[in-house]
Amino acid sequence: MDLNYSAEELAFRDEVRGWLAANLPRELKEKVERYEHLSREDLLRWHRILADKGWVAPAWPKEWGGTGWNVVQRYLFEEELGYAGGPPLIPFGLSMCAPVLLQFGTDAQKKKFLPRIFRGEDFWCQGYSEPGSGSDLASLKTKAARQGDHYVVNGQKIWTTLAHYADWIFCLVRTDSGEKRQEGISFLLIDMKTPGITVRPLILMDGAHEVNEVFFDDVKVPAENRVHDEGKGWTVAKYLLGYERMNTGRIGASKRELEKVKEFSRNVSDLRFRDRLARLEVELMALEITNLRFLDRMRRTGQPPGADVSMLKIKGTEIQQGLTELALDAMDPTASDEFSVALRKRYLSMRKTTIYAGSNEIQRNIISKMTLGL
Amino acid sequence: MNFDYNEEQQLLADSLRRYLQAQYSFEQRKKVLDGSPEVWAKFAEMGLLALPLSPDYGGFGGGAVDLMGVMEAFGEALVVEPYLATVMASRLVARAGSAAQKSALLPQVAEGRLKMAFAHAEAGARYDLAKVKCSAKKSGDQWLIEGEKKAVQGAPVADKLVVSARTPQGIALFLTDAVKATPRHGLDGFLEADVVFSGVKAEALSGGLPEVEEAVDFATALICAEAVGAMKFSCDTTLEYLKTRKQFGVPIGTFQALQHRIVDLYIACEQAKSMSCLACSRMDFSENARDRARAISAAKIRIADAARQVSQEAVQLHGGMGMSEELKVSHAFRRLTVLARQFGDADHHLARFASL
Repeated sequence: MDLNYSAEELAFRDEVRGWLAANLPRELKEKVERYEHLSREDLLRWHRILADKGWVAPAWPKEWGGTGWNVVQRYLFEEELGYAGGPPLIPFGLSMCAPVLLQFGTDAQKKKFLPRIFRGEDFWCQGYSEPGSGSDLASLKTKAARQGDHYVVNGQKIWTTLAHYADWIFCLVRTDSGEKRQEGISFLLIDMKTPGITVRPLILMDGAHEVNEVFFDDVKVPAENRVHDEGKGWTVAKYLLGYERMNTGRIGASKRELEKVKEFSRNVSDLRFRDRLARLEVELMALEITNLRFLDRMRRTGQPPGADVSMLKIKGTEIQQGLTELALDAMDPTASDEFSVALRKRYLSMRKTTIYAGSNEIQRNIISKMTLGL
Repeated sequence: MNFDYNEEQQLLADSLRRYLQAQYSFEQRKKVLDGSPEVWAKFAEMGLLALPLSPDYGGFGGGAVDLMGVMEAFGEALVVEPYLATVMASRLVARAGSAAQKSALLPQVAEGRLKMAFAHAEAGARYDLAKVKCSAKKSGDQWLIEGEKKAVQGAPVADKLVVSARTPQGIALFLTDAVKATPRHGLDGFLEADVVFSGVKAEALSGGLPEVEEAVDFATALICAEAVGAMKFSCDTTLEYLKTRKQFGVPIGTFQALQHRIVDLYIACEQAKSMSCLACSRMDFSENARDRARAISAAKIRIADAARQVSQEAVQLHGGMGMSEELKVSHAFRRLTVLARQFGDADHHLARFASL
């Protein structure tokens, strides 16, 4: 056991760090640093810079543009990417839709969508949650009725992140209303320009427009846009969840935030505050090693992470929230400069992290059932 | 970077676990709380006593990582033998002793013929390693130690003591024969004693406070691993209880209020294990004392917090049975309560971590 990176791993990290620093446009970095609103163009610009370098989808198979890096290199890259402080890479296409297509898609689907996802030509969003279906996702009601060579979709999705930027949405829809509700679900790819789709903003408590309601009113979707068999949407969704949770620790980004909070709170001498900050730093150190241990296990066994990977989501989001709370506590309560206002809003905004992508309570249910056998 | 135990480390941990399961069960342990020559001889035979010592003196040259698996196994079985006391004191001899002192003592330690203890803590010093009032005065060609050391782990059975004492030049280290002291069992069942030195003859070692700090950091890394073992036992036995104990006609593990709590214990355990890996790895591979100290303190903070959470919740989830002396889980509670504080509680290490 040696937790130090090898010379090769360090050289790789330095190469990545150097390239990111040299190629992240300054105005994007500053926007992110000040927690400013990021437009679709901001997000796609960084995506395309990384795509040109060939680094936008390291985990994909090489034939589709992956880098062939091992798990440690991939982790180092993820961490450096977060630490560099660029706009986030939006996961819906790159690390959600694409893995599903790679696993379950037809050749035609892969050829049609993967290159466009890679190059940032299509912006994707995710149509899972519905007004009546949050944690109990399998209760979803959005209906897709087969009519000849297409489906007709009716219903509503909610909390759809960046649907107002999106060209495409991947949706879980109900194709059968039989007894076994999981077996009546299918996975559809829907062009957001199709007539009958309406996107309505949902403004969150920080005043930001990030999520939406998406309404489907007799929306015609070609049957060739169904991924995997009819009724197999739940299998696809479960596969995706496991894939998704490995990257929820957000360690690089949290390290960067921690440095910012440290810098920001230098004048706060209250020992109680210093202790809280130190404890959070220790939590982050522990999470980083835990994350590396998961990667190490994947490297040794060649197996995807087990259900216990949910703990990365739980701890990672608790840490992200803790950092925003410390920033809030460190600031001058009378400050009204733009940065302080942005930090306050960030505290509000980050409450979402323990709710989205399977609430932390659902993550605990998963570990309880799948790992502990309760 | 890798997290694997090498083959030797894995084999040693496995065979130690097998031995402890067969010969150091909870029932058998009750009979050897005053120390067992048989158990100690077995440890020597397995090479545990030689493991941390230099090959020059009959050892295997192992570091903290080599001892991790051993300490985890000790934690799972709640072993009370004065292993850590001997490891610490012999480490000080190895790092601060003359060639003659090392040759006289270390091979005997490696063979299991000599137990040692490190007498350092004093009343009122709490976790401040520099607060030493015991004094050493030169008298002819030997030193005489005056003062009292408190709660010295392993002292009642130690053949030799390493003692810290103040000289005009600062804190220095000395070697004495065993000093008669009244044995008692600590909260966790470990043998300890307050040791009064009234003109006890001593020979000088060469080190001082930096050597003490290094040895305490080393020992802290080891008890982090031990705590991981004790927490793993506590979690596993609690999970088993949730699956078998029935109330309202169903196993209590079907209740979500309890499920989420045990999940949090497993997460705390994993985070603690991660920090134990970090502490032991940095202990062996750090290039400077600051990096080492930072990692050790960070680990101790996380482990102290986790030990408190896991031990308290394990008892709570067992209900009344968790309070009973009949169940091992209550003894794990006692051990974890001590480990959380040994060599500094979370508050102490927070202050140290923040200052580095």
